[in-house]
Amino acid sequence: MEYFLTEEQAMIRDLARKIAEEKIAPKAQELDEKGEFPWEIIKVLAQSDLFRVFLPEEYGGLGGGVFDLCLVTEELSKACSGVAVSYAASALGAFPILLYGTEEQKKKYLPDIASGKKLTAFGLTEPEAGSDAAAIQTTAVKDGDHYLLNGTKCFITNGGEAEIYTIIAMTDKKKGARGASALIVEKGTEGFTFGKEEDKMGIRASATKELVFSDCKVPKENLIGKEGGGFIVAMKTFDSSRPGIGAQAVGIAQGALDRAIDYARERVQFGHPISSFQGIQHMLADMATQIEAARALVYAVARMVDKGCKDIARPSAMSKLFASDMAMKVTTDAVQIFGGYGYMKEYPVEKMMRDAKITQIYEGTNQIQRNIIALALIKEAAKRKKK
Amino acid sequence: MNIIVCIKQVPDTTDIRIDPKTNTLIREGVPSIINPFDTYAIEEGVRLKEKHQGKVTVISMGPSQVEDALREAISLGIDEGVLLSDRAFAGADTLATSYTLAKGIKKIGKFDLIICGKQAMDGDTAQVGPGLAEKLNIPHVTYVKKIEEVKENSIQVERLMEEGYEVIKMPLPALITVVKEINEPRMPSLKGKLKAKNAQIITWNTKDLEAEENRIGLEGSPTQVIKIFTPQPRGKGETIEGTPAEQAAKLVEKLRETKIV
Repeated sequence: MEYFLTEEQAMIRDLARKIAEEKIAPKAQELDEKGEFPWEIIKVLAQSDLFRVFLPEEYGGLGGGVFDLCLVTEELSKACSGVAVSYAASALGAFPILLYGTEEQKKKYLPDIASGKKLTAFGLTEPEAGSDAAAIQTTAVKDGDHYLLNGTKCFITNGGEAEIYTIIAMTDKKKGARGASALIVEKGTEGFTFGKEEDKMGIRASATKELVFSDCKVPKENLIGKEGGGFIVAMKTFDSSRPGIGAQAVGIAQGALDRAIDYARERVQFGHPISSFQGIQHMLADMATQIEAARALVYAVARMVDKGCKDIARPSAMSKLFASDMAMKVTTDAVQIFGGYGYMKEYPVEKMMRDAKITQIYEGTNQIQRNIIALALIKEAAKRKKK
Repeated sequence: MNIIVCIKQVPDTTDIRIDPKTNTLIREGVPSIINPFDTYAIEEGVRLKEKHQGKVTVISMGPSQVEDALREAISLGIDEGVLLSDRAFAGADTLATSYTLAKGIKKIGKFDLIICGKQAMDGDTAQVGPGLAEKLNIPHVTYVKKIEEVKENSIQVERLMEEGYEVIKMPLPALITVVKEINEPRMPSLKGKLKAKNAQIITWNTKDLEAEENRIGLEGSPTQVIKIFTPQPRGKGETIEGTPAEQAAKLVEKLRETKIV
């Protein structure tokens, strides 16, 4: 399919692909097995300027946006989505600063994010507050020139490895969702420690940790946006980041299809390569078609975000929902095409099936995505009726 | 520190075919790449610049498409590219190539160190590096696996041997050829690629170099390739079977028959 990339975008995609094929794919199995954070690869991504693609030039970026981020994430995901999510999560942690940060905050933090010197992480989820994000218990109490942060965040991607954390905490519990605020917390701040490291089903190269705050003193100038605006910051961040999850899902699925086609052409049963059987052919055709549909949606939405389109929540949720459900189906089918070998860790597709599952869960479960989409549909219909 | 890196564009040999009629390489449809050994020379040049400041220039001789290789080198951190290109350069052997490159390097001007890959993947001669040093009348060390120290007027390097290595110190300016053990070449960067896209490649021909016409190209080449061919595949060997003792006995008998023992 032709997506009319600019020369620069094609350059970004090609470089990400080269790194994925030469530096990531050969290590994917080992990274998955050991569950080790891929610092060596992160350094290659940094040195190749891939962390710069989505940031403005005045902060050391290359002036691209979410679309460029999606191109890189997709390519990296074809080889190892554990690496890809470590990359993409750094953008997730940077979006609040980029979207709502003050000029001082942008100047202070974005250049190091752009150069890849520092990774970021985004902390919203808590043990008792997942889909029900408004139930968060972490508090930030203003005390003179700082906030005192107390509470625990869990399942935080890049936890422990990132230097810069954007944390959503309650500054006024009585106000519910309107009492949440976003704060920048740097690693090494007194009272900020890391808890349990999760042992995950997939994306095992990525780091997932608990963040523990106990009387952690955060300077008040680290507040992002206004007090009470924390949920707006979080929701707008997700509007920008969800196409990235869609791109991750597209990449995983494409990686699985590519391998399934290669395998089907080589695997001989009943005296013929299994790719000559219509049953396999139709599976491959469906997989390819579903991937292309998801890719078209993800790219279209990423471009909408970059153009600053209004009411982006619905399309953004759609891109994440559709692409992740597609990836789960396509990777499951890839395992099926590999047959018994597909179930074995010696072959790459079972990892992709495990990796695909998380895309249906994180950055809002697909049930939450459907809520967002439905709510937008009903609101729009009500608006039309009023007119 | 001014560094010059010499590179060659070669066909990607992961997919090489020879025309059985003409016994020459089929170049059509075969992608061209920077000679893999030269990528280590580029990386070492860029690392030296990062450490000691200065400028790294990459130079190559070949048709206009070699510009792509020079741009790729720029995307990897090289400052400037010089292409020596002229129909009259075609068919050059290692002697004529060394002469032409030497003319180009003299025109570039002052330099401290020239770095070449140990050999080209297509020609496999490993002669151009040393040949170039002779033409420029400077010392050289081949098969460098590590640069230990660079001082204002000297360089100390480790030269890879079959067993172990030699430590050699020589005055600058000098030339080294490097082996793959010296470093791990970096990936290109996007900023580098953008710079490479807009970079001006300097192109010089015979006239620009004031080269003597009987010393360049086919005319200046005493060696000429008469034939390139694929050797006949060797036949299947003979398998000696039986118990280890029987096998040994049969083998000794065979060796006696052929008068090897």
